[in-house]
Amino acid sequence: MSILGTRVLRTEDPGFLTRGGVYTDDVEDERLAGACHVFFVRSPVAHAVIRSVDVSAAREAPGVIAVFTGADLTGLPALPPPVPGMINDLMNQPLLARDVVRFVGEPVAMVVTQDPYQGEDAAELVDADYDLLPPVVDMSAATAADPIFPDAHTNVAASFGDADQFDPALFDGCETIVTRTIENQRVAPAPMETRAAAAAWGEDKDAGGRLTAWIPNQGAQGTRAVVASMLGIDPASVRIITPDVGGAFGAKFGADPEHGLVCWVARQLGRPARWAETRAENMVAMTHGRAQRQTITIGGRRDGTVLAYRLEILQDSGAYPKFGAILPSLTILMTPGPYSFPRAEAAAVSVLTNTTPVGAYRGAGRPEATAAVERAIDLFAAEIGMDPADVRRKNLLPAFTEPHTTAFGAVYDSGDYTTALDKALAAAGYQDLRDEQAKRRANGDVVQLGIGLASYVEITGSGSEAGRPQENATVEVHPDGSATILTGTSPHGQGHSTVWAMLASEELGIPVDKITVKWGDTDLIPQGGGTGGSRSLQQGGAAVQQASQELLEEARQRAAGELEANPADLVFDIGSSAFTVAGDPDASVPLARLAETERLVVRSVFSAPGATFPFGAHVAVVEVDTETGKAVLRRMVTVDDAGTLVNPLLAEGQRHGGIAQGAAQAFLEEVVYDADGNPLTTTFADYPFLSATEVPSFELADMATPTTYNPLGAKGIGEAGTIGATPAVQNAVVDAVSHLGVRHIDMPTSPQRVWRALREAAAPPAAGTAAPAAGTSESRDAQ
Amino acid sequence: MIPAPFEYAAAESAGHALELLAEYGDDAKLLAGGHSLLPMMKLRLAVPSVLIDIGGVNELAYIRTDGDDLVIGATTRHADVAGSERVRSGAPLLAYSAAQVGDPQIRHRGTIGGSLAHADPAADLPMALTALGGSVELMSPSGTRTVPAGDFFTGYFETSLEPGELLSAVRVPRQPGADWGYQKFVRRANDWAIVGAAAVAGRVALANMGPTPIRARAVEQALADGAGPAEAAELAADGTEPGEDIHADRAFRQHLSRVLTRRALEHQRG
Repeated sequence: MSILGTRVLRTEDPGFLTRGGVYTDDVEDERLAGACHVFFVRSPVAHAVIRSVDVSAAREAPGVIAVFTGADLTGLPALPPPVPGMINDLMNQPLLARDVVRFVGEPVAMVVTQDPYQGEDAAELVDADYDLLPPVVDMSAATAADPIFPDAHTNVAASFGDADQFDPALFDGCETIVTRTIENQRVAPAPMETRAAAAAWGEDKDAGGRLTAWIPNQGAQGTRAVVASMLGIDPASVRIITPDVGGAFGAKFGADPEHGLVCWVARQLGRPARWAETRAENMVAMTHGRAQRQTITIGGRRDGTVLAYRLEILQDSGAYPKFGAILPSLTILMTPGPYSFPRAEAAAVSVLTNTTPVGAYRGAGRPEATAAVERAIDLFAAEIGMDPADVRRKNLLPAFTEPHTTAFGAVYDSGDYTTALDKALAAAGYQDLRDEQAKRRANGDVVQLGIGLASYVEITGSGSEAGRPQENATVEVHPDGSATILTGTSPHGQGHSTVWAMLASEELGIPVDKITVKWGDTDLIPQGGGTGGSRSLQQGGAAVQQASQELLEEARQRAAGELEANPADLVFDIGSSAFTVAGDPDASVPLARLAETERLVVRSVFSAPGATFPFGAHVAVVEVDTETGKAVLRRMVTVDDAGTLVNPLLAEGQRHGGIAQGAAQAFLEEVVYDADGNPLTTTFADYPFLSATEVPSFELADMATPTTYNPLGAKGIGEAGTIGATPAVQNAVVDAVSHLGVRHIDMPTSPQRVWRALREAAAPPAAGTAAPAAGTSESRDAQ
Repeated sequence: MIPAPFEYAAAESAGHALELLAEYGDDAKLLAGGHSLLPMMKLRLAVPSVLIDIGGVNELAYIRTDGDDLVIGATTRHADVAGSERVRSGAPLLAYSAAQVGDPQIRHRGTIGGSLAHADPAADLPMALTALGGSVELMSPSGTRTVPAGDFFTGYFETSLEPGELLSAVRVPRQPGADWGYQKFVRRANDWAIVGAAAVAGRVALANMGPTPIRARAVEQALADGAGPAEAAELAADGTEPGEDIHADRAFRQHLSRVLTRRALEHQRG
């Protein structure tokens, strides 16, 4: 019986649940003996000229070894943009601020101490003198504001398409057109493990010695490239080691200035250096996510047929353009989602503001596309008075098995969106829910029921090793019957140790508990694309399977020699992990013995023909207290088709976490700045997540349409939850009060926002006055 | 997120705590459960140079009946208040309030005296004490004085505790069988109240509607004059000037105070 498709318990968990993980700050290694500790002095203001940074008092503080400012960093290049060519390269971030600070939290100086607790004390003695500059806080003000980088003469970091070139006839023939500007608010990744680094240089550092750096990351090879570039050294001189990583959500790809600086300090002082940031630092200095303002326009016929859709994106990139600046390109790629709109167009502008830089965050651009189109569909349905499920059914692409190319260049590998929606509606008991809703509405109940839908398709496995959808794996069988797998992926909670072992076990007959999976050491595994964009199983897992099969072929040749038989006459017995001559059960040789004289090891690279496009449908059921505005999640029913599941338990775990995270964006999460650019949400008291007390048990319905793009039939599952759940929950909150005249509530759908929307619907503002909290809305009947 | 350096002294008794307070003066802070003070120290919002730990002073951890009053020692943990049969029968609102503080971990560390002395207007116990018409006992080398809740809370995180004084006990009138209601409006289970309302025996207190927990006196008067809960609750926000934050502006807080007061007067608990 195959182990694939079974609910193997995570082999990682006993260690995590007993001894605990070994995160970067926990690493004990003789190379780090005598390490000094780095603490970053950060800008307390959003935008200012640095008049002076006086570190003399800090240098005298207890335990202080050194204090560095930007002026000390001679010869260190600025951090390059993540994707060359797409971003204005006059906007690079110096590793420590020089002359100007551009966001609260930007590193201005480094205090290096003997003891980790001494840094924050000494940092208080660093006296930086700032001349305040007017901050750009609201992204809508960015294009007209003075440029944050005067040399760039603009605050536009990147643009995609051109709204000036939009087709003026796009909505011709539409009976109804709805347009609205909506927020996909800025959120904080807030992984359990904050950022950290530990760095040590070899004795021969002056003679081109090597750096060993422990850094929590999502792909050691990519981290190595960025660290080497920050230090201006050859990547071959850098060894990155990845300890346990406590969550990343996209924000630990590559490396940040702090990581490079810790390595620089170690080189400068000739002793190992360590750094672990505090939660308050993490909330302002790790990249944020989302941060899009979208104007959606949708038009069609009153029978529910959508004829045209337009998406215009303003992306807040924060103070320095990072991955966030190019997020809209992914949003645009997925503009029409699962729908067959006859006409659609999109454009985006990414602007700088004096806020924390924006990066990738679980879904990275695709949740924003889904949120936009799913809100648009609901706005359209409300306008024509049609059930949103019916509008979706009418406009979803019909099921297809041959690749479908969209007007935006995405090639959907396969999909059956209507079935996904129907399964989700059936599992939710959609009609019963609508009946219950009607009853509460008729009664005028204080607590109303809302039902929100989201159909989605997303792109997974587009990011990769060397820019192509490929990944490598090395599988080795040892003489003692155990096996080792080296992978270019980089798990940080996903469970690759379990699943990669299952994939090898399936081919080699070696028990899962005898297979060790290694990753994240660039000397051991020089190439790899890391983990992100829901790529790991479909590329990294496929590579493990491929390498295992190739290893078995190599073993077959050796066994044939050993048994003096024709390779074709050999049968591999999974149960005993041995080759046997057909018809002669006594003539047998185990795999392990074939590794005795010569290493039995295969490295293999799996290449996929392209990205895959998982899809699904989410149904959220909320209750909204119409007196207080508080919305509570009652049910969450989802279909998430990620192709064939290798371990349903882990796939469900990915869905659970993603749904909670996605629902949290809809309900609660938002990074807030005041008008001066001061962050107001720097602790977990002010920046709330959903906890176990706020979510129901999720109801996960099954659907698995295999892809042909890899032999496993697997698509990505890591981001589905945040893609489907966010708009489903938001739509549900709006739906709960739509009968009271509410058409839209921006995320997070806080009690105050819901209350205000209700109040404005009950007493619409006088003509000519804006409706501030609910955004701007316009709908009109054409023809 | 790392506190500034400080000295630590463990008090062995209430008297010893007072001696230490006298010795270290204004630079000292009393540490009980630490669930308000330590986070503030980590954020460097509080920078005491000495912590006097009274968490281990067992003589301050008790729940007693004293005539018509229930007396609770200052270092009694929230979980013990919430679980006490004596409190549940004599002052059920107080037991319920203690059960709403934070989460189980916090309730097993945090103390009733610490919470009241911290005087967060958004917290549960200051509102409960105000609604119950309770008082606190403040001990000093010269003796013990009893201060009613209304005089104890003097401002945002400010009380009438004098330097050298120790909040030693909490006193609430026993009102077995009195109808009561309690409303804590939060977005998540372990949050502070965006607005809170507590009602018992014709008294109504509000949380986070000003710099201190406040009495909704207009509501109380209307009730005394025979108004029903819905009518009286409409007056809940009268004269209030609640602060504004990322969760609620003034108008929303005032609106919530009316809704929550009505629900509390209807004896709803949530």
